[in-house]
Amino acid sequence: MKFTLSWLKDHLETTASVDEIAEACTDLGLEVEEISNPMDRLGAFTLAKVTHAEKHPDADRLRVCTVATNEGDKTIVCGAPNAREGITVVLAKPGDYVPGIDVTLSVGKIRGVESHGMMASERELELSDEHDGIIELPSGEVGDRFVDWLAEHNPTKVDPVIEIAITPNRPDALGIRGIARDLAARGLGEMKPLKEHKVEGRFDSPINVTIADDTAEDCPLFMGRLIKGVKNGPSPAWLQARLKAVGLRPISALVDITNFFTYDMNRPLHVFDADKVTGDLIVHRAKGGETLVGLDEKEYTFGEGMVVISDEAGVESIGGIMGGLSTGCTEDTTNVFLEAAFWENIQIAKTGRALKINSDARYRNERGIDPAYNAPAIEAASQMILDLCGGEASNVVVAGAEPDVSRAYKLDTDRVQSLVGMDIPADEQRKTLTALGFVLDGDMAQAPSWRPDVLGSADLVEEVARVASLTKLVGKPLPRTHVGVPKAILTPMQKREGMARRTVATLGYNECVTYSFIDQEGAARFGGGTDAVKLANPISSEMSHMRPSLLPGLLAAAARNQSRGFMDLALFEVGPVFHGGEPDEYEVMVTGILVGHTGPRDRFGARRPVDAFDAKADVEAVLAAIGAPAKLTYVREMNEWWHPGRGAKLGLGPKNILGAFGELHPKTIEQSGVKGPVVAFAVHLAKVPFPKAKGTGRGALDASDLQPVERDFAFVVDDTVEAIKLVNAAAGADKALIADVNVFDEFIGGSLGEGKKSLAITVRLQPRDATLTDKDIEAVSTKIVQKVEKATGGALRS
Amino acid sequence: MDDLRHKYIEAVAGAADEATLEDIRVQAVGKKGEVALKMRELGKMTPEERQIMGPKLNALKDEINSAISAKKSSLADAALDERLRTEWLDVTLPGRPARQGSVHPISQVTEEISAIFGDMGFSVAEGPQIESDWYNFDALNIPPHHPARQEFDTFYMHRDGADERAPHVLRTHTSPVQIRAMEKQGAPIRVIAPGRVYRSDYDQTHTPMFHQVEGLAIDKDISMANLKWTLEEFCRAFFEIDGIELRFRASHFPFTEPSAEVDIRCSWEGGTLKLGEGDDWMEILGSGMVHPKVLQSAGVDPDVWQGFAFGLGIDRLAMLKYGIPDLRAFFDSDLRWLRHYGFSALDVPTMRGGLSR
Repeated sequence: MKFTLSWLKDHLETTASVDEIAEACTDLGLEVEEISNPMDRLGAFTLAKVTHAEKHPDADRLRVCTVATNEGDKTIVCGAPNAREGITVVLAKPGDYVPGIDVTLSVGKIRGVESHGMMASERELELSDEHDGIIELPSGEVGDRFVDWLAEHNPTKVDPVIEIAITPNRPDALGIRGIARDLAARGLGEMKPLKEHKVEGRFDSPINVTIADDTAEDCPLFMGRLIKGVKNGPSPAWLQARLKAVGLRPISALVDITNFFTYDMNRPLHVFDADKVTGDLIVHRAKGGETLVGLDEKEYTFGEGMVVISDEAGVESIGGIMGGLSTGCTEDTTNVFLEAAFWENIQIAKTGRALKINSDARYRNERGIDPAYNAPAIEAASQMILDLCGGEASNVVVAGAEPDVSRAYKLDTDRVQSLVGMDIPADEQRKTLTALGFVLDGDMAQAPSWRPDVLGSADLVEEVARVASLTKLVGKPLPRTHVGVPKAILTPMQKREGMARRTVATLGYNECVTYSFIDQEGAARFGGGTDAVKLANPISSEMSHMRPSLLPGLLAAAARNQSRGFMDLALFEVGPVFHGGEPDEYEVMVTGILVGHTGPRDRFGARRPVDAFDAKADVEAVLAAIGAPAKLTYVREMNEWWHPGRGAKLGLGPKNILGAFGELHPKTIEQSGVKGPVVAFAVHLAKVPFPKAKGTGRGALDASDLQPVERDFAFVVDDTVEAIKLVNAAAGADKALIADVNVFDEFIGGSLGEGKKSLAITVRLQPRDATLTDKDIEAVSTKIVQKVEKATGGALRS
Repeated sequence: MDDLRHKYIEAVAGAADEATLEDIRVQAVGKKGEVALKMRELGKMTPEERQIMGPKLNALKDEINSAISAKKSSLADAALDERLRTEWLDVTLPGRPARQGSVHPISQVTEEISAIFGDMGFSVAEGPQIESDWYNFDALNIPPHHPARQEFDTFYMHRDGADERAPHVLRTHTSPVQIRAMEKQGAPIRVIAPGRVYRSDYDQTHTPMFHQVEGLAIDKDISMANLKWTLEEFCRAFFEIDGIELRFRASHFPFTEPSAEVDIRCSWEGGTLKLGEGDDWMEILGSGMVHPKVLQSAGVDPDVWQGFAFGLGIDRLAMLKYGIPDLRAFFDSDLRWLRHYGFSALDVPTMRGGLSR
């Protein structure tokens, strides 16, 4: 919402400066977005007089002028056809910034003659598009400031423009009078009384209006009046200047008048060319399927129930949103039918959104205009039409009645202290509310008709505090809820999330935050991409589906980094994945990928492609960090985006999967555009059981003083036998004595023959009662060999 | 005997290696060595002579033995020195490579925020990101068709034709967590709710996903003055600048009343932003006293309870504190960016150790 200082002064008697007004607006909740003050832009320029002008010796179209300035005579080369002796001009000196050409002047040489400044045209000073010659002023003395001359002779040219952001609760401030009222309440001036107009009707309007019974709720009041014999044409300069200043294009006097009221009083109006209206007007609901070409020359098709205005020829206007092109006013309009109606705002919002029309009328009507100003608006606008276009007005036709919006709320003057924490005397509170248009009766405050947002006592507090200024608010300590050392505030899950994150970072992964939505194809590759997780209005096809996994985002990140020349990557993310479209269908996962090699090339020959065991070590580290049991079940059926043979899910039994690791499927890698290999791990953070509440004690350390003994064994087994089977069998040979079994070698093929492998384990025996004798060791060794051979079908390697 | 002594001590001193030394030992104090032979002669002596010679011979034996062992260790030292002299490494060669991980600024700053508010007794609440229309809007006093709804640039979820419920949305703010937390916990309550939020906007300064932290404090006598103090304390702790000043400015949010936008004092001198000084003000957050209707929606009696709520942009806070210029880069995962702006894995922000290093 833009307004000019002079327009504001139509409603507010004030001596406040532009800056004071802007500051007050922002503080009152009418946040200033921009101040455009020509005084700032034009302040440097002064008046000067051309005392002599002659043709440039080397250029036919240039003149060399001697110009009397407040700094003495200057030579200026000028190309304007009107540059001649005796005229008073506007001078820009070297060092001045000229806005219209975006140049800071310096002394220049033009065809060999030094020029000390320039004489400006209106376009160069952004006063108009005029550029046929330099400005010639009819009056003024050398050295006078140009802005002072303008302020005296053409004030609209130096009228500061203030643009404010209007929050949806303040439709009244979409009219300049509403802004003035806030400023007056703040003490920045006095409200000027609103002029009352009464235009006597000379005849009955030939166009009558009715509101269909089923539409009365959405259009409670419609007033209209015919004015015949008008002469439409360009509106007067002052009106055009105002509209331009607030960003509107002047069209014709009749249209400009409606726009004037839109901005002046937040009162949208509409004018029909009465000669193009067939018969009477009726406000009714569309059946659905009717069409209308609007004033914006676009065709609209109505849905059932939308509120429209029709004549005998069909729909002519979209009530409260936009008029129709065919009945709109043109330069040739001589009989005009003026409309001022009150529309129910939700209906306007629905229809406006459905038709995708963003008009000034919709914007205001859906926020709520002042129903009490309907009748005065018809009179004021009629008067303005008569003043600017002449003609003769009919009696006013009225359909429906002004809706009753009166309501009052209890004013509790102590509430400002208890809710806001500001000490404002009761008198002042009452004064503020009165200034804003509230009517006080005892402790009841009746809300003004232009403030649909005031709906309770808390709103009264807000008004009082806002006008008094929240900048005066002084902070007051918030007492602690708990005396003593602050308690922990994170839930076990929140703590776990942080623990997992920092563990993975410690393992050398860089944390990423990638978008929660990805493309459909990418989502489908990872088991998602269904309609349940589809956005109805995605910002692009790359961001259309909620991600089923963190992998696609990480792979895309890897591909981007590889294209920048970083081929070896360790990336991870902790974040939500979505299993469905309902609020509870999500979980927080931690997922990491390793891409390429273990590190840069080195002298040690340690560099190698990443493999599934890197991912396995990392997933085990994360699971351990968040308290998962050490012994987990391997589930070998991987989802299709993993390599089918080089990975596993880890679970508490086959059903309760806690995480997974492995190599990604070659196709997945290829489709992601990543140069592999790529291995990954993923952990379902919440699936790991949380410890049951217990004390902080750790239990006693069970450490024997007796010397442990290590024995190595190698077994030849079929190459499909999993090491875990062998390890478990060995460990089970004597659970009390065997402390640990560890695989330290795997050998495949060679002398063992096809389909065989050798696995070597070291078994650590920890005696508890007495040092082990050779006989003891022999006994347990035999048992280990028997157990392993039985479990694996293999044999001790000889 | 002195000759003997002299001979062997000299020999030991002159030995060049351990083998020579061993030969000397055998010759001198070995079983058949000269000293041993002399000792055998003791039997033939008179007791008086024996009493003199016995200890002397023993002393000689000890002296030679200790000379040998001293020489042995000095030879070993010399040999070690010689070996070490050849064992020189060019230590300017690179060490064994190790990957350096990092924590994303969003995570770090979120932890910083919860460390501060945790100290003030706020716990951390969470809620879903696919959210029902009711929690995201209605419960927050934004009824259907309210113009405020349009200002959120909401992402809607697809809705099957057969399903007549209003489509779910991607939460446009963390405010629905207020409702969920109050429903669950009632009043009094103090929570913050950090997390991802979504708005359909993508340009220089907007991304369709970003992060907010909601704050909510409800009790019997919490006022807007408490809100101001809380936010000031937070900003001073978070930015680690004592002199931070905030300014409240009236505004409007459907879920608070009165509402205020909050500006922070700053200076833009020389094109660099400095907080806590200067004459400029920069908007950093929105806040207010929770609207009675919002309390009602969450089942809290507005005649008994009142309090404040605020919403802060986490990404924005990170940008301001750590001088990160571009929001879009937060979600691009450029390794160079992650390394430059990321945090060390063990750099956990705490109140006692300070938030940043």
